[in-house]
Formats: sequence, C-alpha cells, structure tokens
Amino acid sequence: MKATVIVTPKPSVLDPQGVAVRDALRHHDLPGVASVRIGKYMEIESDGDISEEKLHELCRDFLSNPVIEDYRIEIETPAP
Amino acid sequence: MKCAVVRFPGSNCDQDCYHVLRDVFGVETDYVWHKDTSVAGYDLIVLPGGFSYGDYLRCGAIARTSPVMRSVLAAAADGKLIIGICNGFQVLCEARLLPGALIRNRSLHFICEHRWLRVENADTPFTSACQPGQLLRIPVAHGEGNYRADPETLAEMKANRQIVLRYCDAEGQIRESAHPHGSLEKIAGICNRAGNVFGLMPHPERACDELLGSVDGNMIFQSLLLPASAGAV
Repeated sequence: MKATVIVTPKPSVLDPQGVAVRDALRHHDLPGVASVRIGKYMEIESDGDISEEKLHELCRDFLSNPVIEDYRIEIETPAP
Repeated sequence: MKCAVVRFPGSNCDQDCYHVLRDVFGVETDYVWHKDTSVAGYDLIVLPGGFSYGDYLRCGAIARTSPVMRSVLAAAADGKLIIGICNGFQVLCEARLLPGALIRNRSLHFICEHRWLRVENADTPFTSACQPGQLLRIPVAHGEGNYRADPETLAEMKANRQIVLRYCDAEGQIRESAHPHGSLEKIAGICNRAGNVFGLMPHPERACDELLGSVDGNMIFQSLLLPASAGAV
C-alpha cells in the first residue's frame, strides 16, 4: 500500500518561509499573490497494510506536530 | 548530585555542558548515549543543543523517539530535574514534556549573538540563584527559536508561572526590537507545570567563563547545583 501524508502549518501559525516565498512571487510580477504556505509531503510505501487508524496515530504523534501543524492522509491501494 | 548529558547523533553542545558541570562546578557527570535505555540514578539530566538527526522532519522530532527518551519521560514523572538547552528545548517540546512548539525565526535568519534575558520566575530550581527580574546576558544560536503556543495554553502557562525567561533589552524592557525571533510573548525559556523540567533557547553553558564574554550562564547552573548557597532549600 502507499499512503501520502501532507503536513501544513496551521492557519493560525505564522509561516515565515511562506511569507518570504509570497514576497518573492510578488517580485515575479504577481502582485496579487495573497498567501503561500509551505508544508511537507511524505510518501509512505509499505509491504503490509497500515490501517487508517494507525496512520492517523502516526500523524498525530510523530509525522506532524499538532501544536503548529495540520495533516491530511491519502491512501492508495493497488487495484486487485 | 549526579548529572547526565544525553548525546543524540548531531548534538554539538554536549561537551560544553559536560565541561561546565564537571570542570566549572566539579559535579560528577556522565555522557549518556541516545541508545542507552536508562538515566536512572541521575539527579539532573541535560538535553544539550545541536542538530539532533539533522533537524529532519522537525527539530527534535526524531530525537524524541530515541530509546533513552522513555527513561527521560519516567525521570520527569519522578520529579528529577531536566534541562533542555536549544535543541534540547525543542526535544522537550516534541516529547510533550513542555507545552508549545518552536518554529522558524520570524526573520528567517540563524541568530547567533548575546541576548539580554529577564528572569520572570526566580522560584524554580533552575533560577533560584537569581533575583526576580534579574537580567542575564547569554548567547543564543538558533534558526528555530520562535516559540508558539495556543492562547489557552499560554493562559495556563501564565497562571502557573511557567514563563521563566523572556528576551529584553539591556535595560530590561521587553520591546519588539529586542526580538528578531518572533517568539510569542518574547519567551526564551519555560518550565513544566511541576517545575522540574525546563527548556530554554539561550545557551547558559556558553556563558560560564570570563573568556567567553559573560558568566551569567553560571546563574542557571548555580541554581541547580548549589541551591544551599542560593538560599533555597
């Protein structure tokens, strides 16, 4: 199975990297760019299945820090 | 008093801490490797600064899963004294021994300079040698010292006097310009609710000798190691 985990800074948390990239985009003749948020994209491949519940546990406890980050999970199972 | 300095792969302030504890204060001190499974028998556990596991995933996130940390959690629950300096502070937050999290400095710069700190709570085992409101000049060296916590957590920390050190200017005033990290409430160091776990971004171990430009870091170690001389119990 393959799972993708996307971790993003919480909307309430300042993202200094995102602000720097937003400002740089504005310098690319894009004055309308309002916001950029920078997160992480993780691809997890496993020979055995990892339950969705286990993935959420991993995301909450390790792959993201719930104080500052949100996450979402996309699970891909190969066609039978 | 017996001290442990925990070494993670990528710790780089471990020898400084060891030197201060053993050579400056003459206290029995051992290194403990991150794969060791016990810190039993130590009264003070130091999580030193550095870049454990290359700061991969998040600063301190992987170190928190090291075998030794299970024993550090048990020691914390047992009331043993634990101090996390810089990356060690980040590890303590990731381990949920301290509230909140540390993110990239607002300026995006790695800040490496002496900073003024104001002692907000002198009633902790880590600051008992200080006067309330005392100013300390101690270097910082970090890219991710921007302390964050949600409003409820912050209110709880204030109610419990968990904010121990804040960044200020040379006059002790807490102003925006004294503060390129962006840290919430200008927080430089906090303790847990029980008061036995302390994390701070500045490096007291780099301010323990006149040669280094400041001896103010000694106040932290003096509080921990010589409580009698500080007038504490």
